Amino acid sequence: MAKPQKTRVNRRNFLKGASAGTAAVVAGAVGAEAQQPVLEAPRRGATPLMTKEAEGVTPTDVRVLENQRPGSDFMVDVIKSLGFEYVCANPGSSFRSLHESLLNYGGNKNPEFITCCHEESSVAMAHGYYKIEGKPLLVLAHGTVGLQHASMAIYNAWCDRVPIFIILGNTLDLTLRRPGPEWEHSVQDAAAMVRDFVKWDDSPVSLQHFAESAVRAYKTAMTVPREPVVLVADLGLQEAGIKDEKSLHIPKTILPTYPAGDAGSVAEAAKSLVSADFPVIIADRLARTPNGVKLLIELAELLQSPVIDPGIRMNFPSRHPLNQTERRNAVLADADVVLGLELGDFWGTVNSYQDVLVRHSKSITKPTAKMISITAGDLFIHANYQDFQRLPEVDLAIAADAEATLPSLIEACRKLIDSDRKRAFEIRGKKLADARLAALAKAREEATYAWDASPVSTARMAAEIWNVIKNEDWSLLSDTEHFSRWPFRLWDFTKHHQFIGGQGGAGIGYGAPAAAGAALANKKYGRLSVTIQDDGDLMYAPGILWTTAHHKIPLLSVMHNNRAYHQELMHVQRVANEHQRGVANITAGLTINDPPIDYASVAKGMGVFSRGPITNPGDLGPALRAAVDVVKRGEPALIDVVTQPR
Amino acid sequence: MKPIRAYGMLALAVSVSALLAQEGGNAENGKRLFAEEGCYQCHGYAGQGGGAGPRIAPRPANSGIQYIRRPTGVMPPYTTKVLSDSALADIRAYLGTIQPPRPVKDIPLLNQ
Repeated sequence: MAKPQKTRVNRRNFLKGASAGTAAVVAGAVGAEAQQPVLEAPRRGATPLMTKEAEGVTPTDVRVLENQRPGSDFMVDVIKSLGFEYVCANPGSSFRSLHESLLNYGGNKNPEFITCCHEESSVAMAHGYYKIEGKPLLVLAHGTVGLQHASMAIYNAWCDRVPIFIILGNTLDLTLRRPGPEWEHSVQDAAAMVRDFVKWDDSPVSLQHFAESAVRAYKTAMTVPREPVVLVADLGLQEAGIKDEKSLHIPKTILPTYPAGDAGSVAEAAKSLVSADFPVIIADRLARTPNGVKLLIELAELLQSPVIDPGIRMNFPSRHPLNQTERRNAVLADADVVLGLELGDFWGTVNSYQDVLVRHSKSITKPTAKMISITAGDLFIHANYQDFQRLPEVDLAIAADAEATLPSLIEACRKLIDSDRKRAFEIRGKKLADARLAALAKAREEATYAWDASPVSTARMAAEIWNVIKNEDWSLLSDTEHFSRWPFRLWDFTKHHQFIGGQGGAGIGYGAPAAAGAALANKKYGRLSVTIQDDGDLMYAPGILWTTAHHKIPLLSVMHNNRAYHQELMHVQRVANEHQRGVANITAGLTINDPPIDYASVAKGMGVFSRGPITNPGDLGPALRAAVDVVKRGEPALIDVVTQPR
Repeated sequence: MKPIRAYGMLALAVSVSALLAQEGGNAENGKRLFAEEGCYQCHGYAGQGGGAGPRIAPRPANSGIQYIRRPTGVMPPYTTKVLSDSALADIRAYLGTIQPPRPVKDIPLLNQ
């Protein structure tokens, strides 16, 4: 054996040597009697065989790093400095060196690798994880094909104001690209495709550049309004040995403080709220942390003011006497002051909009009602995608983080409340409490209808799930809009981690992987994670079931299997009737029932405990109890329930 | 526009009268139509309602006819072109067969 040279790897020579070696092997396979290997290009499809001749060839190039470590090791140092707990990825050769460094140099710990079967799942897992843990996960993807898969999930995160830290592999230097796929997997400006819906991106050309941009990206993502960021890890930088270790420095990561409303504006808002006859609070993406829930309770109770919590985050206890979400239009109609807290669609909340042939809208609130907005959304906006909604005509716009502003707003209100106002608030609060109790009684009464029906009613399913989780430290990881909001109508939500909202951008395929990511975050707290899983959503990338089994992510998935893309079915029904052509022929492209999908078998095939399909509501309770036992042992379980549409 | 609107109201009144005359429709056919015509999509297979549409069963037999033809809310219109009076009578007959549920107090899962 010739002694290897101790120099940094030159990737160009490495590739040349690799192809020469392959050619030698092939030559030996073709002509076993030949004395000298013949350097020929391998025939496509030929099976190489090792021969004595090939073994005897002395490599003329450098094959290993001796006294240097690869640039990707330093990238791992940077990644570790940012405190990522997990990295979600589907493997890609454009980040193979970083992948190897994370495992062998980084010890596959902080971050630990999570094997995803689709890049959209990787990003959605990070999306769900953030909404429980309050910090980003790392996602790796090819700069081209991986990012294209990931883009929908990035858009959801963008619309939902969720930070995701995405590193893309790319080979910018064309001399380093292998012929074939590495060209197709390379791109001039990798982040361009998603630049409209990420907050910041960069393509570092040196390791120091990588370190600084990684810290900048993290800080940018975590500064409100929080959004995804993208960093490109060039393959040449990853794989080359580090020339000068001493010149490299990882900046410390100090996150910016939250912008709070200025004292004058806060005082003005407090004056309006305290003097109002009927102020209404709407909390949308308000609670970043459990403290956000506490603060909103404090403000609402201080004012004895109704609260509307539309279900974007867990902001306010569902059974609190002041929670008037079920009566949202009624309370808005009576409002003389409306306070929107991180309200993404203020206009759409205070106006009703009719989706009919000639679309029209009208105000829900009185013309004299004063509108106050506190949102960090006013601090940042992009042009192309229209997720910013219609322009609300507010009277006071406080461009600040609402959770950070609540303490000063509460104090400002407290100072203005005299005994007369306090008495008026108590009377208001008593009426609201009575209305809340009536709404709960009405919801329970409504739930009795179709109680024994098959397919299983959504109300029955919600009540059965509540029965098996109510005594646990539970966490609901799915949206409830496709489920007639039954959990919010019947369950007792009190804690921040008990609900995480929906997709953000209404992009389907989010639900299953986001629940998996959130359940991953819940795992270390010993919480019982449960998701009501839409059938159409799961079919986008069902491989996430395998990910939950492989990584032992305890998650109870209860299928809302209505065998249709039901939202779209209703849309097409609407226009078919508007066109006076009827609905008899509209199911093509909208239903998922021929053949019906057996999700229990799908899950079983992925290594997930399962039961179903359940069509008899009486069978649901026992199946759920069996599944909860599995989840409490630390594994995923799925119950397939054939359900009513909504 | 007024004469057209008046004509429309007259037509509607005639249609409603015709429909009421057909009370006692075929409930079995109505059940089939309830699914086929997409009523279940918003109201559920048992007319129990939900987030997409209100509960429509069980309820008084004569309510809702005009609304089905000319809805003022979010419901898509079912004109006579897409749903005949006799079909609507059958659907209403089906909804009439749906029995009231057990009271809340008799369902332990709804008392927690």
